[in-house]
Amino acid sequence: MRAERGVMLDALYGTLIAPFAEFDFMRRALIGSIALSLGAGPVGVFMMLRRMSLFGDAMAHAILPGAAIGFLVSGLSLGAMTLGGLAAGILVVLLAGLVTRNTALKEDASLAAFYLISLAAGVTIVSLKGSNIDLLHVLFGSILALDDLALILLAGITTCTLLTLAVIYRPLILECVDPAYLQSVSRAGGPTHLVFLILVVLILVGGFSALGTLLAVGILMLPAATSRFWARELDGMIVAATLTAILSSVIGLIVSYHSGLPTGPVIILSTGCLYALSLLFGPQGALVSRLVPHVHLEA
Amino acid sequence: MIASPAHLPDGMPDAAIRFDNLTLGYDRHPAVHHLHGTIPSGSLLAVCGPNGAGKSTLLKGVAGALSPLNGRIEIARAGRGGARVAYLPQLAALDRTFPISVADVVASGLWHKAGLFRRISNGENAAIDAALAAVGLAGFESRWIGSLSGGQFQRALFARLMLQDAPIILLDEPLNAVDDRTAADLLDLVKHWHGESRTILVALHDLNVVRSIFPQTLLLARETVAWGRTEEVLTPHNLTAARRMSEAFDEHAHECARNAA
Repeated sequence: MRAERGVMLDALYGTLIAPFAEFDFMRRALIGSIALSLGAGPVGVFMMLRRMSLFGDAMAHAILPGAAIGFLVSGLSLGAMTLGGLAAGILVVLLAGLVTRNTALKEDASLAAFYLISLAAGVTIVSLKGSNIDLLHVLFGSILALDDLALILLAGITTCTLLTLAVIYRPLILECVDPAYLQSVSRAGGPTHLVFLILVVLILVGGFSALGTLLAVGILMLPAATSRFWARELDGMIVAATLTAILSSVIGLIVSYHSGLPTGPVIILSTGCLYALSLLFGPQGALVSRLVPHVHLEA
Repeated sequence: MIASPAHLPDGMPDAAIRFDNLTLGYDRHPAVHHLHGTIPSGSLLAVCGPNGAGKSTLLKGVAGALSPLNGRIEIARAGRGGARVAYLPQLAALDRTFPISVADVVASGLWHKAGLFRRISNGENAAIDAALAAVGLAGFESRWIGSLSGGQFQRALFARLMLQDAPIILLDEPLNAVDDRTAADLLDLVKHWHGESRTILVALHDLNVVRSIFPQTLLLARETVAWGRTEEVLTPHNLTAARRMSEAFDEHAHECARNAA
């Protein structure tokens, strides 16, 4: 009896704890992905509530060429790639904002225009010089190879994101709910929107060192969409999204460690599984709770 | 509410709002054309006219959401905070799917006091409760805005207007899509604000309501048809003249040569 329990504990330890206890790179990956999740949770929820889910996708494409140029200039240096991505992302956000404010074009259309130009330019530049294998690295990230600099960068991005969110929390909510009213009482609306877009770029740039440019959107949007099925109020959604992101990072790391599958995609797939489960069984407006007939209340 | 005459525009000791050859519009086409006039502080003014007469455009202009194509709008500065104008647009473009409570929406009316960071004090919380009670929404504090009916929602927006505590209040068709009882309650609030000598402009199409409550009326048909005491403005003759205005913009209109002499 006691021996049996011992075997089971050993197995559990071997499956869940040992990978992190024995390997430094797994611990780093864990810390990095938790740092990323802490920032991505709240930003993702606000993106979802502002109906900007697809905006993240567009920005991820806009960042890619910047990262690629950084890569061309100084090889696989996280610093250069991050700076390049950040510059490309912010440039696209600013230009699109400028066009939206001063012409008849709506924001989504002008963003689409700029991110496509950015993407095409980036791919052209990369094809002039780099190899395809290098590009794959940028596309799908390298969470198992996070060095000190990368960890500090991720932690810094998260700290910066959370502090900024705390500062713009009130106008950001009003800008979501009633932008016309905010405009009538304050000039904070425009800057708040812009700062929020830059936060999205920051999280995406942080995400690509771990998950790659394309999958970084996954850690933003999937936990946010999942949180919708767990909470009705904003704070609840933010907590649920952050927990979902952390949980799926842990699951993804463990599964990929044991199965030998690439880590970034497996993390996002774990998020996808949590999303699918919540979609079916979550307590708030999920499919199953809608199928079960509820007797309505008296008043 | 309105500050001492020293703060008012020169020569207009009593004015809350003054239009000086004001033209407002879209894509160079005027929707409000060469408007002159003064609204004394403490007025309760109905803005009437057919669809497309420029009622909403005028309120937007006063609210500062639209800059004039020509001319000026002068607004008396009340106190050191500058002119505060509370504006309720016709179709308040609120995202009613956002998870926010009625109390929080109403509390946003305190922006001029709380701004970005200041916390809402106990006294201000009491003011929020009082405003909700005044519009008949006591007990709705923690309800989601998405769960309110159209009339309840309009009441909540009126509660926010109360907290904005502005000397000038602009309401654009505030009684659209609300039932008779809600309309009566909201009009009582308007009368109450009038009693507090705030300056109130209301765009309305229900002339019976205008006749029964509003002492002053501006009848607009892109240009002023008549402006003055309600019973002298809303005459059959004036109303027919207003109705004659053509709604569509003339795509081939020439540049307006009229000048403010």
